[in-house]
Amino acid sequence: MTGKQPFDAVVAQHGAAVLRVCRAVLGPADADDAWSETFLSAMRAYPDLPEGANVEAWLVTIAHRKAIDVTRATARRPVPMAETPDDAPAPAADSAGDALDGDLAGAVARLPAKQKQAVAYHYLAGLPYAEIAAIVGGSPDTVRRAAADGIATLRRTYQETKHERRGP
Amino acid sequence: MSADEFTRDLERAFPGDPGDLRRLRARLAEAAQRDGILDVAYRTVDSPVGPLLLAATEAGLVRVAYASEDHTAVLQALAERISPRILAAPARLDAPARELDEYFAGLRRSFDLPLDWRLSAGFRRAVLSHLPEIGYGQTASYAAVAGLAGNPKAIRAAATACATNPLPVVVPCHRVIYSDGRVGRYLGGPEAKRTLLTLEAAA
Repeated sequence: MTGKQPFDAVVAQHGAAVLRVCRAVLGPADADDAWSETFLSAMRAYPDLPEGANVEAWLVTIAHRKAIDVTRATARRPVPMAETPDDAPAPAADSAGDALDGDLAGAVARLPAKQKQAVAYHYLAGLPYAEIAAIVGGSPDTVRRAAADGIATLRRTYQETKHERRGP
Repeated sequence: MSADEFTRDLERAFPGDPGDLRRLRARLAEAAQRDGILDVAYRTVDSPVGPLLLAATEAGLVRVAYASEDHTAVLQALAERISPRILAAPARLDAPARELDEYFAGLRRSFDLPLDWRLSAGFRRAVLSHLPEIGYGQTASYAAVAGLAGNPKAIRAAATACATNPLPVVVPCHRVIYSDGRVGRYLGGPEAKRTLLTLEAAA
Protein backbone atom coordinates (compact mmCIF):
# COMPACT_ATOMS: atom_id res chain seq x y z
CA MET A 1 0.00 0.00 0.00
CA THR A 2 1.31 3.43 -0.84
CA GLY A 3 0.25 6.53 1.02
CA LYS A 4 -1.36 6.96 4.37
CA GLN A 5 -4.40 4.84 5.09
CA PRO A 6 -7.75 6.39 6.06
CA PHE A 7 -7.88 7.29 9.75
CA ASP A 8 -10.93 5.05 10.04
CA ALA A 9 -8.66 2.06 9.35
CA VAL A 10 -6.28 3.23 12.09
CA VAL A 11 -9.20 3.29 14.55
CA ALA A 12 -10.32 -0.16 13.39
CA GLN A 13 -6.84 -1.64 13.80
CA HIS A 14 -5.79 -0.03 17.07
CA GLY A 15 -9.03 1.01 18.77
CA ALA A 16 -9.33 -2.13 20.89
CA ALA A 17 -5.71 -2.11 22.09
CA VAL A 18 -5.91 1.58 23.04
CA LEU A 19 -9.17 0.96 24.92
CA ARG A 20 -7.54 -1.91 26.86
CA VAL A 21 -4.58 0.31 27.71
CA CYS A 22 -6.84 3.17 28.86
CA ARG A 23 -8.85 0.76 31.00
CA ALA A 24 -5.72 -0.75 32.55
CA VAL A 25 -3.99 2.56 33.25
CA LEU A 26 -7.01 4.62 34.34
CA GLY A 27 -9.74 2.16 35.31
CA PRO A 28 -13.13 1.84 33.66
CA ALA A 29 -14.57 5.19 34.78
CA ASP A 30 -12.12 7.42 32.90
CA ALA A 31 -11.15 5.08 30.06
CA ASP A 32 -13.86 6.20 27.59
CA ASP A 33 -12.91 9.86 27.88
CA ALA A 34 -9.21 9.07 27.54
CA TRP A 35 -9.87 6.90 24.45
CA SER A 36 -11.94 9.65 22.84
CA GLU A 37 -9.41 12.37 23.61
CA THR A 38 -6.61 10.17 22.32
CA PHE A 39 -8.19 9.46 18.95
CA LEU A 40 -9.45 13.02 18.50
CA SER A 41 -5.92 14.37 19.10
CA ALA A 42 -4.44 11.68 16.89
CA MET A 43 -6.85 12.48 14.07
CA ARG A 44 -5.98 16.17 14.28
CA ALA A 45 -2.27 15.38 13.94
CA TYR A 46 -2.61 12.42 11.57
CA PRO A 47 -1.81 14.25 8.30
CA ASP A 48 1.57 15.25 9.78
CA LEU A 49 2.49 11.77 11.04
CA PRO A 50 5.52 10.61 9.03
CA GLU A 51 4.82 7.66 6.77
CA GLY A 52 6.20 4.43 8.13
CA ALA A 53 5.87 5.63 11.74
CA ASN A 54 4.90 3.04 14.35
CA VAL A 55 1.22 3.96 14.65
CA GLU A 56 0.55 1.87 17.75
CA ALA A 57 3.47 3.48 19.63
CA TRP A 58 2.30 6.91 18.48
CA LEU A 59 -1.23 6.25 19.76
CA VAL A 60 0.02 4.91 23.10
CA THR A 61 2.20 8.02 23.45
CA ILE A 62 -0.88 10.21 23.03
CA ALA A 63 -2.95 7.97 25.34
CA HIS A 64 -0.19 8.17 27.95
CA ARG A 65 -0.34 11.99 27.92
CA LYS A 66 -4.13 11.96 28.05
CA ALA A 67 -4.04 9.56 30.99
CA ILE A 68 -1.71 11.93 32.83
CA ASP A 69 -4.15 14.79 32.11
CA VAL A 70 -7.08 12.75 33.38
CA THR A 71 -5.18 11.65 36.48
CA ARG A 72 -4.23 15.24 37.22
CA ALA A 73 -7.79 16.41 36.75
CA THR A 74 -9.24 13.76 39.06
CA ALA A 75 -6.55 13.88 41.74
CA ARG A 76 -7.41 15.94 44.82
CA ARG A 77 -3.98 17.47 44.80
CA PRO A 78 -2.49 18.01 41.37
CA VAL A 79 0.51 15.69 41.68
CA PRO A 80 1.99 15.10 38.20
CA MET A 81 2.11 11.37 37.46
CA ALA A 82 5.64 11.66 36.11
CA GLU A 83 6.89 12.72 39.55
CA THR A 84 5.26 9.82 41.36
CA PRO A 85 8.08 7.68 42.81
CA ASP A 86 8.29 4.26 41.22
CA ASP A 87 7.71 2.49 44.48
CA ALA A 88 4.81 4.63 45.66
CA PRO A 89 1.45 2.88 45.74
CA ALA A 90 -1.22 4.09 43.34
CA PRO A 91 -3.61 6.67 44.81
CA ALA A 92 -6.35 5.14 46.93
CA ALA A 93 -8.93 6.94 44.80
CA ASP A 94 -7.91 4.81 41.81
CA SER A 95 -11.24 3.76 40.42
CA ALA A 96 -10.88 0.11 39.42
CA GLY A 97 -9.73 -1.06 42.81
CA ASP A 98 -12.87 -1.00 44.91
CA ALA A 99 -15.42 -2.48 42.54
CA LEU A 100 -13.20 -5.23 41.22
CA ASP A 101 -11.37 -6.04 44.43
CA GLY A 102 -9.56 -9.37 44.30
CA ASP A 103 -9.49 -9.88 40.53
CA LEU A 104 -6.81 -9.05 38.01
CA ALA A 105 -8.24 -5.65 37.11
CA GLY A 106 -8.17 -4.68 40.76
CA ALA A 107 -4.66 -6.02 41.20
CA VAL A 108 -3.47 -3.96 38.20
CA ALA A 109 -5.23 -0.86 39.54
CA ARG A 110 -3.27 -1.16 42.78
CA LEU A 111 0.13 -1.31 41.04
CA PRO A 112 2.38 1.76 41.20
CA ALA A 113 1.94 3.96 38.13
CA LYS A 114 5.24 3.07 36.42
CA GLN A 115 4.65 -0.66 36.81
CA LYS A 116 1.06 -0.35 35.63
CA GLN A 117 2.17 1.58 32.53
CA ALA A 118 4.98 -0.87 31.75
CA VAL A 119 2.62 -3.85 32.07
CA ALA A 120 -0.19 -2.23 30.03
CA TYR A 121 2.02 -0.88 27.24
CA HIS A 122 4.01 -4.10 26.92
CA TYR A 123 1.36 -6.78 27.40
CA LEU A 124 -1.76 -5.02 26.10
CA ALA A 125 -0.31 -2.73 23.41
CA GLY A 126 2.53 -5.12 22.53
CA LEU A 127 5.20 -2.41 22.56
CA PRO A 128 8.87 -3.33 23.08
CA TYR A 129 10.54 -1.95 26.23
CA ALA A 130 12.63 0.54 24.21
CA GLU A 131 9.45 2.11 22.77
CA ILE A 132 7.88 2.26 26.22
CA ALA A 133 10.99 3.91 27.65
CA ALA A 134 10.71 6.61 25.00
CA ILE A 135 7.10 7.21 26.11
CA VAL A 136 7.40 7.11 29.90
CA GLY A 137 11.03 8.17 30.30
CA GLY A 138 13.92 6.19 31.74
CA SER A 139 15.88 3.40 30.12
CA PRO A 140 14.56 0.21 28.51
CA ASP A 141 16.06 -1.71 31.43
CA THR A 142 14.17 0.38 33.98
CA VAL A 143 10.97 -0.26 32.10
CA ARG A 144 11.73 -3.98 31.85
CA ARG A 145 12.29 -4.10 35.60
CA ALA A 146 9.09 -2.16 36.28
CA ALA A 147 7.15 -4.63 34.14
CA ALA A 148 8.81 -7.60 35.87
CA ASP A 149 8.06 -6.18 39.31
CA GLY A 150 4.47 -5.51 38.26
CA ILE A 151 4.04 -9.03 36.95
CA ALA A 152 5.54 -10.48 40.12
CA THR A 153 3.05 -8.55 42.24
CA LEU A 154 0.16 -9.56 40.00
CA ARG A 155 1.19 -13.21 40.22
CA ARG A 156 1.31 -13.03 44.00
CA THR A 157 -2.03 -11.33 44.49
CA TYR A 158 -4.09 -12.38 41.50
CA GLN A 159 -2.79 -15.92 41.03
CA GLU A 160 -3.71 -16.78 44.62
CA THR A 161 -7.23 -15.51 44.09
CA LYS A 162 -7.48 -17.34 40.77
CA HIS A 163 -6.48 -20.65 42.34
CA GLU A 164 -8.82 -20.14 45.29
CA ARG A 165 -11.68 -19.56 42.86
CA ARG A 166 -10.86 -22.71 40.96
CA GLY A 167 -11.25 -24.67 44.21
CA PRO A 168 -14.51 -26.33 45.31
CA MET B 1 1.34 -18.92 34.18
CA SER B 2 2.93 -18.38 30.73
CA ALA B 3 3.31 -14.94 29.17
CA ASP B 4 0.62 -15.77 26.61
CA GLU B 5 -1.78 -16.96 29.26
CA PHE B 6 -1.05 -13.83 31.28
CA THR B 7 -1.74 -11.63 28.25
CA ARG B 8 -5.05 -13.45 27.67
CA ASP B 9 -6.03 -12.92 31.31
CA LEU B 10 -5.12 -9.23 31.04
CA GLU B 11 -7.19 -8.89 27.85
CA ARG B 12 -10.14 -10.46 29.63
CA ALA B 13 -9.70 -8.07 32.56
CA PHE B 14 -9.50 -5.03 30.24
CA PRO B 15 -11.79 -5.82 27.32
CA GLY B 16 -11.82 -3.94 24.03
CA ASP B 17 -15.20 -5.30 22.98
CA PRO B 18 -16.87 -4.47 19.66
CA GLY B 19 -19.99 -2.94 21.23
CA ASP B 20 -17.98 -0.43 23.24
CA LEU B 21 -15.82 0.36 20.23
CA ARG B 22 -18.86 1.01 18.03
CA ARG B 23 -20.17 3.46 20.60
CA LEU B 24 -16.78 5.15 20.98
CA ARG B 25 -16.27 5.40 17.22
CA ALA B 26 -19.68 7.05 16.78
CA ARG B 27 -18.74 9.50 19.53
CA LEU B 28 -15.39 10.17 17.83
CA ALA B 29 -17.11 10.92 14.52
CA GLU B 30 -19.41 13.44 16.24
CA ALA B 31 -16.49 15.12 18.00
CA ALA B 32 -14.41 15.24 14.81
CA GLN B 33 -17.35 16.80 12.93
CA ARG B 34 -17.84 19.34 15.72
CA ASP B 35 -14.12 20.24 15.73
CA GLY B 36 -13.99 20.62 11.95
CA ILE B 37 -11.38 17.90 11.41
CA LEU B 38 -13.63 15.36 9.68
CA ASP B 39 -12.35 16.00 6.14
CA VAL B 40 -14.19 13.05 4.58
CA ALA B 41 -17.24 11.27 6.06
CA TYR B 42 -18.52 8.05 4.55
CA ARG B 43 -21.22 5.45 4.85
CA THR B 44 -22.53 2.55 2.80
CA VAL B 45 -26.13 2.18 1.58
CA ASP B 46 -27.88 -0.80 0.04
CA SER B 47 -29.41 -0.37 -3.41
CA PRO B 48 -30.78 -2.44 -6.31
CA VAL B 49 -27.33 -2.08 -7.91
CA GLY B 50 -25.54 -3.38 -4.82
CA PRO B 51 -23.96 -1.60 -1.86
CA LEU B 52 -22.93 1.96 -2.67
CA LEU B 53 -20.22 3.83 -0.81
CA LEU B 54 -21.11 7.49 -0.23
CA ALA B 55 -18.39 9.96 0.77
CA ALA B 56 -18.76 13.66 1.52
CA THR B 57 -16.47 16.56 2.39
CA GLU B 58 -17.68 19.68 4.17
CA ALA B 59 -18.49 21.02 0.69
CA GLY B 60 -20.76 18.20 -0.37
CA LEU B 61 -21.01 14.71 -1.81
CA VAL B 62 -17.62 13.92 -3.35
CA ARG B 63 -17.78 10.24 -4.27
CA VAL B 64 -20.32 7.49 -4.97
CA ALA B 65 -18.71 4.10 -5.51
CA TYR B 66 -19.94 0.69 -6.61
CA ALA B 67 -18.82 -2.45 -4.80
CA SER B 68 -17.03 -3.52 -7.99
CA GLU B 69 -14.67 -0.56 -7.50
CA ASP B 70 -13.61 -2.04 -4.10
CA HIS B 71 -14.73 0.32 -1.36
CA THR B 72 -11.50 -0.13 0.61
CA ALA B 73 -9.48 0.92 -2.45
CA VAL B 74 -11.81 3.88 -3.03
CA LEU B 75 -11.34 5.09 0.57
CA GLN B 76 -7.58 4.69 0.21
CA ALA B 77 -7.69 6.80 -2.96
CA LEU B 78 -9.74 9.46 -1.13
CA ALA B 79 -7.15 9.46 1.68
CA GLU B 80 -4.42 10.17 -0.85
CA ARG B 81 -6.31 12.68 -3.04
CA ILE B 82 -8.27 14.62 -0.42
CA SER B 83 -7.22 13.86 3.16
CA PRO B 84 -6.56 10.79 5.34
CA ARG B 85 -8.86 12.24 8.01
CA ILE B 86 -11.68 9.93 7.02
CA LEU B 87 -14.26 8.34 9.32
CA ALA B 88 -17.44 6.37 8.95
CA ALA B 89 -19.89 9.12 9.93
CA PRO B 90 -23.41 8.47 8.72
CA ALA B 91 -24.90 11.82 9.76
CA ARG B 92 -23.25 13.85 6.99
CA LEU B 93 -24.59 11.39 4.41
CA ASP B 94 -28.21 11.45 5.63
CA ALA B 95 -29.51 13.61 2.79
CA PRO B 96 -27.72 11.74 -0.04
CA ALA B 97 -28.81 8.39 1.43
CA ARG B 98 -32.43 9.56 1.63
CA GLU B 99 -32.46 10.95 -1.92
CA LEU B 100 -30.90 7.77 -3.30
CA ASP B 101 -33.55 5.70 -1.49
CA GLU B 102 -36.25 7.84 -3.07
CA TYR B 103 -34.59 7.57 -6.48
CA PHE B 104 -34.39 3.77 -6.34
CA ALA B 105 -38.02 3.65 -5.17
CA GLY B 106 -38.98 5.58 -8.33
CA LEU B 107 -40.08 8.57 -6.27
CA ARG B 108 -37.29 10.99 -7.21
CA ARG B 109 -36.32 12.14 -10.70
CA SER B 110 -33.45 14.50 -9.90
CA PHE B 111 -31.02 15.04 -7.04
CA ASP B 112 -30.91 18.18 -4.99
CA LEU B 113 -27.60 17.84 -3.16
CA PRO B 114 -24.47 19.94 -2.71
CA LEU B 115 -21.73 18.28 -4.79
CA ASP B 116 -17.99 18.54 -4.34
CA TRP B 117 -16.50 18.30 -7.86
CA ARG B 118 -12.86 18.28 -6.81
CA LEU B 119 -12.19 14.76 -8.13
CA SER B 120 -12.76 15.75 -11.72
CA ALA B 121 -11.24 18.59 -13.70
CA GLY B 122 -11.00 20.14 -17.14
CA PHE B 123 -13.01 18.74 -20.01
CA ARG B 124 -14.14 15.73 -17.96
CA ARG B 125 -15.63 18.03 -15.39
CA ALA B 126 -17.29 20.08 -18.11
CA VAL B 127 -18.86 16.91 -19.51
CA LEU B 128 -20.09 15.72 -16.13
CA SER B 129 -21.53 19.10 -15.18
CA HIS B 130 -23.81 18.95 -18.23
CA LEU B 131 -25.12 15.42 -17.58
CA PRO B 132 -28.01 16.53 -15.31
CA GLU B 133 -29.44 18.25 -18.41
CA ILE B 134 -30.28 14.80 -19.78
CA GLY B 135 -33.71 14.29 -18.28
CA TYR B 136 -34.84 11.36 -16.16
CA GLY B 137 -35.73 8.39 -18.36
CA GLN B 138 -33.95 9.94 -21.38
CA THR B 139 -30.66 8.95 -22.98
CA ALA B 140 -28.09 10.90 -24.97
CA SER B 141 -25.19 9.83 -27.16
CA TYR B 142 -21.54 10.39 -26.27
CA ALA B 143 -21.36 12.73 -29.30
CA ALA B 144 -24.26 14.81 -28.00
CA VAL B 145 -22.66 15.04 -24.56
CA ALA B 146 -19.33 16.08 -26.11
CA GLY B 147 -21.28 18.81 -27.87
CA LEU B 148 -22.94 19.96 -24.64
CA ALA B 149 -19.48 20.33 -23.13
CA GLY B 150 -18.42 22.50 -26.10
CA ASN B 151 -16.41 20.06 -28.21
CA PRO B 152 -18.64 17.81 -30.39
CA LYS B 153 -15.60 16.00 -31.83
CA ALA B 154 -14.27 14.89 -28.43
CA ILE B 155 -16.39 11.76 -28.32
CA ARG B 156 -13.70 9.53 -26.85
CA ALA B 157 -12.91 12.10 -24.15
CA ALA B 158 -16.62 12.38 -23.34
CA ALA B 159 -16.82 8.59 -23.01
CA THR B 160 -13.80 8.59 -20.68
CA ALA B 161 -15.38 11.36 -18.58
CA CYS B 162 -18.52 9.26 -18.17
CA ALA B 163 -16.58 6.09 -17.43
CA THR B 164 -14.62 7.81 -14.65
CA ASN B 165 -17.50 9.77 -13.12
CA PRO B 166 -16.76 10.08 -9.38
CA LEU B 167 -20.46 10.60 -8.66
CA PRO B 168 -22.33 7.86 -10.56
CA VAL B 169 -26.13 7.62 -10.18
CA VAL B 170 -26.33 11.16 -8.77
CA VAL B 171 -24.58 12.62 -11.83
CA PRO B 172 -26.40 10.54 -14.46
CA CYS B 173 -23.63 9.21 -16.69
CA HIS B 174 -25.77 6.07 -17.03
CA ARG B 175 -27.98 8.07 -19.41
CA VAL B 176 -25.16 8.37 -21.94
CA ILE B 177 -25.02 5.49 -24.44
CA TYR B 178 -23.66 4.85 -27.94
CA SER B 179 -25.85 6.02 -30.79
CA ASP B 180 -26.10 2.40 -31.99
CA GLY B 181 -27.68 1.41 -28.66
CA ARG B 182 -24.69 -0.21 -26.94
CA VAL B 183 -24.66 0.91 -23.31
CA GLY B 184 -20.90 1.52 -23.12
CA ARG B 185 -18.50 1.44 -20.20
CA TYR B 186 -19.80 2.01 -16.70
CA LEU B 187 -18.11 2.06 -13.30
CA GLY B 188 -20.70 -0.30 -11.88
CA GLY B 189 -20.61 -2.59 -14.91
CA PRO B 190 -23.04 -2.70 -17.86
CA GLU B 191 -25.61 -4.65 -15.83
CA ALA B 192 -25.92 -1.81 -13.29
CA LYS B 193 -26.27 0.69 -16.12
CA ARG B 194 -29.11 -1.33 -17.67
CA THR B 195 -30.79 -1.63 -14.25
CA LEU B 196 -30.83 2.15 -13.83
CA LEU B 197 -32.12 2.76 -17.37
CA THR B 198 -34.86 0.16 -16.85
CA LEU B 199 -35.79 1.70 -13.51
CA GLU B 200 -36.12 5.15 -15.08
CA ALA B 201 -38.07 3.84 -18.07
CA ALA B 202 -40.58 2.14 -15.75
CA ALA B 203 -41.19 4.97 -13.28
